[in-house]
Amino acid sequence: MQIARVVGTVVSTQKHRAFEGGKLLLVQPVTLDDQPRGATLLAVDSVGAGVHEKVLIVLEGRAAGEALGRKGAPVDAAVIGIIDRVDAEPSA
Amino acid sequence: MQLAKVIGDVVTTRKDENLVSVTLLVLQPIGADGTPVGRTLVAVDAVGAGVGETVFFVRGKEASYPFHPTEVPTDAGIVGIVDHWSTD
Repeated sequence: MQIARVVGTVVSTQKHRAFEGGKLLLVQPVTLDDQPRGATLLAVDSVGAGVHEKVLIVLEGRAAGEALGRKGAPVDAAVIGIIDRVDAEPSA
Repeated sequence: MQLAKVIGDVVTTRKDENLVSVTLLVLQPIGADGTPVGRTLVAVDAVGAGVGETVFFVRGKEASYPFHPTEVPTDAGIVGIVDHWSTD
């Protein structure tokens, strides 16, 4: 799993049926000290996260499909938690 | 998934039989600000996308799920056409 910041939302009418009724979020993976790391990704939301929130994401197909509650869904990323706090030493 | 712009298509005559009648499109991944990010790639199309459109695509074997039970040998697939997106 990775820590990310929700930076936007995506609207799509024509999409695979597995995405119907779901919410698509633009998420930017961040480091422990909140710096952007890597490309911005699209993740399905299974917890009701919103823009600006820090979230926990999975970047793996099976886990993302389970978060969506649909087997055989063509997804590779999902938001699976909203982070209240991270206690860690980035340099440790 | 990732946002991308469809910038072309690929025509192949001789190919894996499970790729027959599957559309192959060339994608340029883009960031949240719409600028190109990373390398271009070829993806199968599961939603009827065309050149010039903004789409989102999935990486990995999940890209073949829309074609089930045909086991399309792919590692990237377009699964939605983007109407619009917004960032903070």
